[in-house]
Amino acid sequence: MKMHYGFPIIAGLLIFVVAITAPFAVGKAVTKQYKQPEPKKVVGEKECIESVEFMRTEHMQLLNEWRDWALRDGKRIYTNHAGKQFTISLQNTCMKCHTNKAEFCDKCHNDAGVSPYCWDCHVQPEGLK
Amino acid sequence: MKNSRRTFIKLASLAAATLAVAPKAMASSGGHEPVSVNPKAVHAKQWAMVIDTTKLHTAEAIEKLAALCHADHNVPTVQSKKEIKWLWNDTYAHTFPEQENPHLAEEVHHRAYALLCNHCENPSCVRVCPTKATFKRPDGIVAMDYHRCIGCRYCMAACPFGSRSFNWEEPRKNLDLTKLNPEFPTRMRGVVEKCNFCVERLAVGKMPICAEASEGAIVFGDLYDPESPVRKVLREKFTIRRKPSVGTEPCVYYVI
Repeated sequence: MKMHYGFPIIAGLLIFVVAITAPFAVGKAVTKQYKQPEPKKVVGEKECIESVEFMRTEHMQLLNEWRDWALRDGKRIYTNHAGKQFTISLQNTCMKCHTNKAEFCDKCHNDAGVSPYCWDCHVQPEGLK
Repeated sequence: MKNSRRTFIKLASLAAATLAVAPKAMASSGGHEPVSVNPKAVHAKQWAMVIDTTKLHTAEAIEKLAALCHADHNVPTVQSKKEIKWLWNDTYAHTFPEQENPHLAEEVHHRAYALLCNHCENPSCVRVCPTKATFKRPDGIVAMDYHRCIGCRYCMAACPFGSRSFNWEEPRKNLDLTKLNPEFPTRMRGVVEKCNFCVERLAVGKMPICAEASEGAIVFGDLYDPESPVRKVLREKFTIRRKPSVGTEPCVYYVI
């Protein structure tokens, strides 16, 4: 059986396959090994308000609850699981230890492709430009 | 097996009772309330303010207080119809439009009056807000949650005192970014903002910044505490409020 327009079809398919696999063959973005982001470690303070694992996975929920507790309920003191107390404030508590948004928050957020709107209003400790 | 139905009903009701009680019992056993109020905070049933216009009546003096307030709360400076104001001043006619009688005492008529959010007892802005971004706190302060504000400006239409400003542009464009108060946030474009009676200061036991800097011309206290400084002034001096006829029960009083 003779294939109608066989040459252009096969050639077109070949070009398509080459084009779609080119990034894997020659591109740097895909072949480069992914490196875990390294947010800046805090100097001077050993423990965050909760455990590292909790903060890593749950900080967004915690910040949401902090916002509502402080702003809507007027309760601005947080007692953690170890019984230690903290003032509920992003700018005046969190960012007093994590003194640089670009070197802490942004590291993971950029890699994860998320852009939380905290800093539309809140002032980052390294100042605004 | 004669009593089987009766036994079944007994057992079932027992199980239902346990189900109703169990979750509460479990919750209270691990009950860990993680948040509390700062013990230094000051409390009231309804915060109120008395402005003595015999002491504070020049535009310069009020502008000085406004500058303090605006610097403390990162309020941008815009010189146009898009201006943002938490504390400002205006003429007698604009402040008390219902009480502008002819042949008023000239001195009173020519004073500048300090204006701010009245933190009404019956706030119309709170009624109209579709997202509860503006709400009345138990201590009477009409507060704003800028996280929730969608910028619909219903509250601006509802407020009879013009106490609310809309951020038409990016507020940080009109702020001196080197002189921001690092302890207070700014706002973003597209939200409404207004005076907050310095909730963040009351939460740590301080008085509002304008009252503190006014050298006694602005008195702040609990409207429902007969011993409060506000009630003391209200007892002793004649005061009026802005637009009492609209029925929002404003909590800023003016000594005339």
